[in-house]
Amino acid sequence: MPVLQILTYPDDRLRQVSTPVLEFDDALERRIDDLEDTRLSGPGAVGIAAPQLGWFERVIIVDVAGRKKSSSHGHLVLVNPEITEWDGFTMGREGCLSVPDYTGNVVRAERIHLQALDPQGQPLGFDMEGFEARAVQHELDHLDGLLFLDRLVSRRQDLFARKSYK
Amino acid sequence: MSNWFMLTLVGRDRPGIVASVTSALFESGCHLGETSMLRLGDNFTIMMMVRDCGDEAALRGTLQPILEHLHLVLHVDAIDAVLHRRPVPDVCIIVHGADRAGIVSAVTSKAAAAGLNIVDLDSMVGGSEAAPIYVLQIEGVAAQGAEAIQTALEPLQAEGVKIDVRPIETFVG
Ligand SMILES: [Zn+2]
Repeated sequence: MPVLQILTYPDDRLRQVSTPVLEFDDALERRIDDLEDTRLSGPGAVGIAAPQLGWFERVIIVDVAGRKKSSSHGHLVLVNPEITEWDGFTMGREGCLSVPDYTGNVVRAERIHLQALDPQGQPLGFDMEGFEARAVQHELDHLDGLLFLDRLVSRRQDLFARKSYK
Repeated sequence: MSNWFMLTLVGRDRPGIVASVTSALFESGCHLGETSMLRLGDNFTIMMMVRDCGDEAALRGTLQPILEHLHLVLHVDAIDAVLHRRPVPDVCIIVHGADRAGIVSAVTSKAAAAGLNIVDLDSMVGGSEAAPIYVLQIEGVAAQGAEAIQTALEPLQAEGVKIDVRPIETFVG
């Protein structure tokens, strides 16, 4: 299986909006395999989005299993994913295969409801929270040409921190 | 061959220091690497990695008018090129309680013995003059895991200091 080259910032192609998958065929399955192999080759990558490989269709993979503090649905291949509900806010640290050697704080929804299709085109629905919800929001941003750098918040501030000065 | 220097500037804070210093460096052809600025009370400090500034004498010459004008003290170290050498913190420790002598020392000594390498530390005295409180925030790399640090700091809790040890999970994807 080929491990593909990951596009890195400031490559303009990372800004491209990806289009929905229309054909659920063997070619799709093969590309998903390449996407997964590339994710696994990255250093500790929990998720990956197709456009990071220059494949501009709406496909993401996330797998937060093994993070002991998070609930999760395991290994997910999500085609044409869409968040239909958001609830709460949480700040967390993110990095990106397309932005090597940089991490920063990003605010995401704490809980989401996600609808998507599986690689055969069958509908999926998940309630997600915490780290898994963050993973999906990060990858979905890639499909819309956004990076976590676009959402950075101050590294020295908690989400609702109130500091009083004398 | 690019020769890197670490500049440390210290002085009384006032608006425009960073702009003045970086403009002078830029105009003399220096290239800026990573920087970190902090303010504490009325005091200002910044560390800056710079290269292509000539030798130390040339660099000091570039900055001398600004140092005099803004009353800043400059310290210069020749360093290796060290971009991209940031440890990623995996634990956050928040400590608070009534202000008392020795909290920082007690927390950091016990945590260091339990494998903590501090990456970022910030402490503040708040509350009222009559009843000051202390807040200490630390981020670091826990070589023996967050639980080891939690356990090591447990005895301080009994002394009335509130301590939270939380893992920091960094998502990458
Ligand atoms: Zn990413």
